[in-house]
Amino acid sequence: MAEFNLPQNSRLVAGKTWPKPAGASKLTEFKVYRWSPDDTENPRTDTYFVDREDCGPMVLDALIWIKSKIDPTLTFRRSCREGICGSCAMNMDGKNGLACTTGIDECGGKGNKVAIYPLPHMPVIKDLVPDLTRFYAQHASIEPWLKTTTPAPEKEWAQGKEDREKLDGLYECILCACCSTSCPSYWWNGDRYLGPAALLQAYRWLIDSRDEATGERLDDLEDPFRLYRCHTIMNCANACPKGLNPAKAIAEVKKMMVTRQV
Amino acid sequence: MAEVKQAARPLSPHLQIYRWSWTMAMSIAHRATGCALYGGTVLIAAWLVAAASGPAAFETAQWIAGSILGRLVLFLYSFALLHHMVGGLRHFVWDMGYGYEPQTRMNMAKYSVFVSGGLTLLVWIVAYVVR
Repeated sequence: MAEFNLPQNSRLVAGKTWPKPAGASKLTEFKVYRWSPDDTENPRTDTYFVDREDCGPMVLDALIWIKSKIDPTLTFRRSCREGICGSCAMNMDGKNGLACTTGIDECGGKGNKVAIYPLPHMPVIKDLVPDLTRFYAQHASIEPWLKTTTPAPEKEWAQGKEDREKLDGLYECILCACCSTSCPSYWWNGDRYLGPAALLQAYRWLIDSRDEATGERLDDLEDPFRLYRCHTIMNCANACPKGLNPAKAIAEVKKMMVTRQV
Repeated sequence: MAEVKQAARPLSPHLQIYRWSWTMAMSIAHRATGCALYGGTVLIAAWLVAAASGPAAFETAQWIAGSILGRLVLFLYSFALLHHMVGGLRHFVWDMGYGYEPQTRMNMAKYSVFVSGGLTLLVWIVAYVVR
């Protein structure tokens, strides 16, 4: 049964409001989720004011600005700052995305304020860093590699142009977990439901013309939870920072399940 | 090495902070109306039982259904029924693999409220006109 409330140790308490930077003309307020494993306190939200004249345009720029100018203890993942590594996935103003490709001004849902939380419904390691162990294990469980039974060709496994095009919109996934952690079904049944990211990856191998394990792959997904907990809520497709459509990929997998029976 | 005691990891906020979208709202509305239909079916069954029990029981059932409260419940029931039907058609289209484009999926969710609301009003207007 879905547990809608946060456990006792996860409920948010009032946080600290840090002083505004002196002499700044354009300020944006950031409310940021904080939790440290080093004490026994509950998570809180701290408020920071960022001098926009001194800071880049993206949410990641603001987080780095806060870390270097106000509070060096603020913890978050980041690496490429150009939307290809997927490290800085987080929840900004109620929507999952990459901090490096989300503009601060895109977030202004509530005036000049931006609320930042870790990816939803995940165990928190520290501040904005979630534990993605299970997410990666689910990806591994769909066996994301080419499986063949025919003897390997002398050169590469050939694939025609049209067959290659079937992988467009799938191979671009960077496994940032924005989609899976936006999905209410994954929130309530993440221990048994594979979630949109792993299922999009599963479809990427199911429709690969070179792969020869389609039947086994479908058998593995034929399960009330692993695949069929998808209720086309579409949060995954709305959240994907790469503009991919896991919901559609899952629908295609469901169609393959039906068509192989007729 | 000394044992380091670490606090249990908290669960990050989810429903509390996620911004609602039309597709998300209509998904939960589809489930809510589906649950409401169980209650509505019980009412229909009670009405049929009353009809089978004799004129006096049927008279009472008709009086309850015709009261202000009864008509309100019937109105909500008919809305739940039509909303669930429109939602079912929406899901049917999606399950066929169509309507996944960003604007299309949002519009399909959004307009299912207006379509089901409009259909409900139409049913009641027709019902009052022809009776």
